[in-house]
Amino acid sequence: MASKITEQQVQHVAELAKLEFPKDELGQFTTQLGNIIDMFEDLQAVDTDGVEPMTSATDRVNVMREDKAVRSSKEEREAIFKNAPDADDGYIRVPAIIDESEDGE
Amino acid sequence: MDFYQTDLTQLHDDLVNKKISATELTKATFDHIKANDDQVKAFLTLNEDDAMKRAAEIDNAGVSAQQLVSGVPLAVKDNILTKGLKTTAASKILENFNPVYDATVVERLNQAGFINVGKTNLDEFAMGSSTENSAFFTTHNPWDLTRVPGGSSGGSAAAVAAGDVLGALGTDTGGSIRMPASFNGVVGMKPTYGRVSRWGIIAFGSSFDQVGWLTRTVKDNAYLTSLIAGNDEHDMTSSLKEVPDWAANLNDSTSVKGLRIAVPKEYFDDLDEDVHEVIKAALDHLESLGAIIDEVTLPHTKYGVPAYYILASSEASSNLQRYDGIRYGYRAKDVKNLEDVYVRSRTEGFGEEVKRRIMLGTFSLSAGFYDAYFNKAAKVRRLIAQDFDDVFKDHDLILGATGASTAFKIGAEVDDPKKMYMNDVLTVPVNMAGLPSMSVPAGFSSKNGMPVGLQIIGKPFDEQTIYNAGYVFEQTTDFHKKAPKLGGQN
Amino acid sequence: MNFQTTIGLEVHVELKTNSKIYSPSPVEYGDQPNENTNVIDWGYPGVLPTLNKGVVRDGIMAGLALHAQIAHHMHFDRKNYFYPDNPKAYQITQSDTPIAHDGWIEIDVDGKKKKIGIEEMHIEEDAGKNTHTSKYSYVDLNRQGTPLIEIVSKPDIASPEEAVAYLEALRQRIQFTGISDVKMEEGSMRVDTNISIRPVGSDKFGTKTEMKNINSFNYVRKALAYEEKRHQNLLMSGGHIAQETRRYDEPTGTTVAMRSKEGADDYRYFPEPDIPDLNVSDEWIQEIASEMPVMPGERRKHYVDDLGLTDYDAMVLTQTKEMSDFFEEAVKDGGDPKRLANYLMNDVNSYMNDNHVDLQDTKLTPANLAGMVKLIEDGTISSKMAKKVFKGIMNGEEPNAYAKEHGLVQLSDPAQLQPIVDDVLANNQQSIDDYKNGKNRAFGFLMGQIMKQTHGKANPQMVTQLLKKSLANI
Repeated sequence: MASKITEQQVQHVAELAKLEFPKDELGQFTTQLGNIIDMFEDLQAVDTDGVEPMTSATDRVNVMREDKAVRSSKEEREAIFKNAPDADDGYIRVPAIIDESEDGE
Repeated sequence: MDFYQTDLTQLHDDLVNKKISATELTKATFDHIKANDDQVKAFLTLNEDDAMKRAAEIDNAGVSAQQLVSGVPLAVKDNILTKGLKTTAASKILENFNPVYDATVVERLNQAGFINVGKTNLDEFAMGSSTENSAFFTTHNPWDLTRVPGGSSGGSAAAVAAGDVLGALGTDTGGSIRMPASFNGVVGMKPTYGRVSRWGIIAFGSSFDQVGWLTRTVKDNAYLTSLIAGNDEHDMTSSLKEVPDWAANLNDSTSVKGLRIAVPKEYFDDLDEDVHEVIKAALDHLESLGAIIDEVTLPHTKYGVPAYYILASSEASSNLQRYDGIRYGYRAKDVKNLEDVYVRSRTEGFGEEVKRRIMLGTFSLSAGFYDAYFNKAAKVRRLIAQDFDDVFKDHDLILGATGASTAFKIGAEVDDPKKMYMNDVLTVPVNMAGLPSMSVPAGFSSKNGMPVGLQIIGKPFDEQTIYNAGYVFEQTTDFHKKAPKLGGQN
Repeated sequence: MNFQTTIGLEVHVELKTNSKIYSPSPVEYGDQPNENTNVIDWGYPGVLPTLNKGVVRDGIMAGLALHAQIAHHMHFDRKNYFYPDNPKAYQITQSDTPIAHDGWIEIDVDGKKKKIGIEEMHIEEDAGKNTHTSKYSYVDLNRQGTPLIEIVSKPDIASPEEAVAYLEALRQRIQFTGISDVKMEEGSMRVDTNISIRPVGSDKFGTKTEMKNINSFNYVRKALAYEEKRHQNLLMSGGHIAQETRRYDEPTGTTVAMRSKEGADDYRYFPEPDIPDLNVSDEWIQEIASEMPVMPGERRKHYVDDLGLTDYDAMVLTQTKEMSDFFEEAVKDGGDPKRLANYLMNDVNSYMNDNHVDLQDTKLTPANLAGMVKLIEDGTISSKMAKKVFKGIMNGEEPNAYAKEHGLVQLSDPAQLQPIVDDVLANNQQSIDDYKNGKNRAFGFLMGQIMKQTHGKANPQMVTQLLKKSLANI
């Protein structure tokens, strides 16, 4: 059965997921993903006409919290910052953002 | 301390009557772990100093007669957050992560006075069926150290099987409690979705994940599960339903007489011969005790694995995007720019299987594929849930094997992810529908002597009937009393 | 060739709830970066969202204010993208089932009224803020999780002027619901635009260009006008319009294409598994509707028809809910509507502008303003004295007490005034003669003398009365 996914598509998906696969492993990885996606294709045999998708198994509806503010403790925030790989003066620091396309989402 | 000699009730009596102190018990526990964990490798992190301190505090304050776990050493899977005790999800990306809050389940156990002996190994981010996907090391099956303990709660199952602890917390997204329970000859319960809070559980597949216990006995399991269950305002999906005292109903008068048990024929389609024999004998045994056994059909069973791997991977691909090297966790060294922080931190920080699932999930959600994959799988999920509904209209429980085979050899399936995924065929449908399900020791393979688990599936929030049947089965057999001999012949 | 323009607007409105939409952290701008954040806002491992009921309520309120249909059944969705100010790398929003849809608002451009449709509106979370140096970007997550309503217009807007009229009407209606400050300068209202043009009569929309986060109505107008012209010039010269996101450059008044990555915008939406579905009952919608403040249009009609104000006055007084509420309160306290309106529109407005404060930040109360106006009405104080009393009431003083304490009370008692009138008349025979001979100026002179004697405190009306009577009797 022909694979449902091409190396180019795998590259594209990797970009979306912010992952990188070495060029020399890409072929093998694509075949492997293709095999699994072939298995996914089995679902096409199921008649799902008029079936509502099920995306949760919870027994709850209408769960809401009252609008009350609680500020984290200073101790909690200090512990949070201890896990940060790079922080400066109360900010999280990253290499400069150059791409502005998603600003203000 | 070898916990095969006792159970929770007995241990509690001994503690209350000061036959043993919490300090002695905790010390003995660590002695036992240190004696065998070089071989089993169930633990990623031991919490010895803190545990001994805690034991001393409990001894000083006195063991609480009301709290069965007061002063009792138990273990926690390492994808469950423990404040101040590093929690890694067996991933390099969280190798040095120090949680700033306790998971709700841990908080409830702390209040009850348990002693956390340490964090158990798992497949990275709970993705796997063997613990071979742990970024740190593979856990070995105490019954045969050349075999896997199953996964992803392999460390928890092996710790219980090795007699390190009476119980260890696990999580189950597609079988991760039940399958290792089956492979290690212990009890593993995945409660109904929403029964136990997910706050502080490192998310994998949010609409599937549940926390539960791996224990040696059914009654211990019932007790421990009731301790962590119940609504939590931090988790909007956690149920408001009352939590019954399941353990209180497990006694000499518990019976399976008249219990209507459904056995789906699809659950026997690809069963190994040795597993089939054990399950057949288990069903015959229950029938002899008065249960009514019926063959039924769950026609969409074979679609469970593909639908599950699409949906759980999709959710995982989104849940794992937060590991980006920015706010916590691993950040790649010598990065040139922001894109580098993202791509290299994630590429270097995640293991192969995790990346594979992220890729599958990202693909299933991506433009042009959503309808054919994610949405189609979500519809099939509905059909699988409806299959169960139909059977439960006139049955109390559904029974079958937990795994189609016994524990396989380490390394045997690592290179064939598709084959590895098929190991979950009997467990994932339960997570799709959100049902409670427990694996109990049902006997041993005539081929290799490895344990075989019987899976008992119940109606939503009807854990009691599962515990009843499991308890009766356990009390009328003695599989659970057999202990593995580490490094020797079983 | 003649073109017609189609403009679409996406407006983000920040709600002023107490807590964030999915976490209990306060919605406040703390002085310290990351002060209003907790593990949820940081997207920590193991955290889960909890939905703020106040946000759902405000979303329904906004839907009602914009004449939209409220969804009875809804869920939330994840929008996946990586960005440093987006800690989970997904935003929890509503893509499938927006909280409200198919609304409209009426605009008025040069006296021409037009209804602009609203496609949908949904509730979602705001991102944090990045600030940049050449080497680093700094992330502050205080704003992360602030509740937003995104309001998407239908392609009914046909000119930059209509776009601004729509934004003004939208801002005003939302402002009157009280759920948001809707201030562009503070970022509590943010506008993304898209524009396309097509030959008149063509039924196929042209290629759109987008502009995000333009930060004033004036710039929206200028940016859209620039884009409209640019599109026209391109098409006229045989060029083609690239579908792209552009940025309005304020100093040059032009728009420039932004760098963007090819094919990067695949947000992989799917239903949020951590938040159960919501069913909104008719009862709840009714309850929220009953809490809805009267909208500016109805208020204007009331001011003109019942209170005798001009259209212009009514329009100015309904610019903000605070002003309008204040005015109505003061009218209730018994002040003359016209006089109150004048004070609010002139003296109070100047005070606010000079001191850069909002009405609610001053110490002025409706009762005190009405009290001062009443003192003017009944002649207790003169309009000159009122200038001093006004300073007092702006400092929170009660006008009666203030006027007394500072001697700002007119002499109106005839028993006190008559002797002064008599005295002035006795000393100014010439003026009396002039008055009798029809020289009206003499009356003014006599008035002035009396005012001088009373150090300006005499009530001019009373003095006029007494003086006329005394002259007649001479």
